[in-house]
Amino acid sequence: MSESFIHLSDVRKIFKTRNEEFLAVSEVTFDVKAGELVSIVGPSGCGKTTILKILAGIHSYEGGTVRIGSEANPFDPSKDIGMVFQQPLLLKWRKVLQNVLLPAEILGLPRKESLDRAHYLLKMVGLQGFEDKYPHELSGGMQQRTAIARALIHDPKLILMDEPFGALDALTREKMNLELLRIWKESQKTILFVTHGIQEAVFLGSRVIVLTCGPARMADNIAIDLPYPRTLDMMTHEEFGKYARHLYKHLGMDADGSDIVEECRID
Amino acid sequence: MNDISKQARRYVLIILIHLGVVIIWHLWVTMSNIPDYVMPSPGATLLSLGEEYGWLHNTYITAVEVFGGYFLAVIAGVGLALIFNWFKTMETMFMPLMVSLNMIPKVALGPLFIVWLSYGVGPNILISFSICFLPILLTMERGLRESDPDLLDLVRTLRASRWQIFTKIQLPGSLPYLFSGMKVAVVLAVAGAIVGEFIASQEGLGYLMLQVQVTLDTAAMFMAVLIITAIGVVLYGLVLLLEYLFIGQAPKEI
Repeated sequence: MSESFIHLSDVRKIFKTRNEEFLAVSEVTFDVKAGELVSIVGPSGCGKTTILKILAGIHSYEGGTVRIGSEANPFDPSKDIGMVFQQPLLLKWRKVLQNVLLPAEILGLPRKESLDRAHYLLKMVGLQGFEDKYPHELSGGMQQRTAIARALIHDPKLILMDEPFGALDALTREKMNLELLRIWKESQKTILFVTHGIQEAVFLGSRVIVLTCGPARMADNIAIDLPYPRTLDMMTHEEFGKYARHLYKHLGMDADGSDIVEECRID
Repeated sequence: MNDISKQARRYVLIILIHLGVVIIWHLWVTMSNIPDYVMPSPGATLLSLGEEYGWLHNTYITAVEVFGGYFLAVIAGVGLALIFNWFKTMETMFMPLMVSLNMIPKVALGPLFIVWLSYGVGPNILISFSICFLPILLTMERGLRESDPDLLDLVRTLRASRWQIFTKIQLPGSLPYLFSGMKVAVVLAVAGAIVGEFIASQEGLGYLMLQVQVTLDTAAMFMAVLIITAIGVVLYGLVLLLEYLFIGQAPKEI
């Protein structure tokens, strides 16, 4: 597994509250190759976000190994992580361009290059001409595009996305999925995409990691053998349906949707 | 361009409505038999400026009290909010106290200030300060706390320094809160100064009002109220200007 870019094995995370401890993540083991787009799917509150935050270095962990980067592909945690959350989290007093530049400012990257790159990224996410707008003047989808451009500004090797399209309407969401695939192809980043949408997970990922509830455990790690570039009509293909049904079963739902998984406690 | 003409129309409307009120006031007073000492006309009110009441000096004194108290309150409120934000133990210890202090009707402290500090411009500045300082502190403190935890996580993954988080996220994020507190505080600062002058003073518009009340010069009282209001309006305008300079076209609503 020397070629893997991310390596997690037996990762455990315990949350302590005032009078109890509970196991949030248990025995999570997976590898991600450089340049892969891997979906992580699971019921809400099952600890998906916790795993992302462990990877981002925001959360500590109690056991196991987390390694990001390899000899051939070194990883600097302060410069090589881009994050996108469910909320765009734009600074409302900054225009779009200035919002995109925020990470570059914090890292002290050269102004001129960053500015050029910001313009390039805004074009890539389809926001050319919106540089001088304030976030509140943009639609939800456009705000999330801005957040994606911001996550890419410092040219990180790893993009962590936590249900980034979860707050968007269904149509915009499908459009953003296609956009993300295009951006992924163009930028060649390693992307971990957390979602609770099974369709979305299958549609985007070259692999889907399935987590089950409390504590988050790996239920499966399946390769999605659908060719890229993916198109929306693939979602009606038999093969796509097979993957989706497989995942639904894992998450405790029969194909007829009779048995809904109960929600868990951790985010 | 459409925006500009829309703005202009709005301002014209505002001016017309104010003028309308003055005209109705004038018509009402002239057409009814209300005696002058109960309700002077706008003209009579304006003419009272000709009386030897030391208008300029008294206006100056009240303005100094209002602006002085307000300025001190902004400095102290913002300063204390910053200290609380930087030293969390201070916040835990003293913030509940501040909230309790905010519940004291500050006007009731007026007589005490006079006992402690005697009377004059200085004590009135302090009354004005004490009445408008807490709203500024409380809103600023709240604004500094409001940053989204996910956003803070995001910049922490970039190893943002405490100072960077403060200057790039917390401080600009707190400004809309601060300005809403500062707007509330304008009215309070004016009220504080006038109350001080009512309780004990030998100059200022509040003092003047008590003087002319004795002679039933209602027109002069009206004039004093108008000038006091004008002082508040000027201060409010300055706050709006500052808000525009600091926040610009970004949304101001919280």
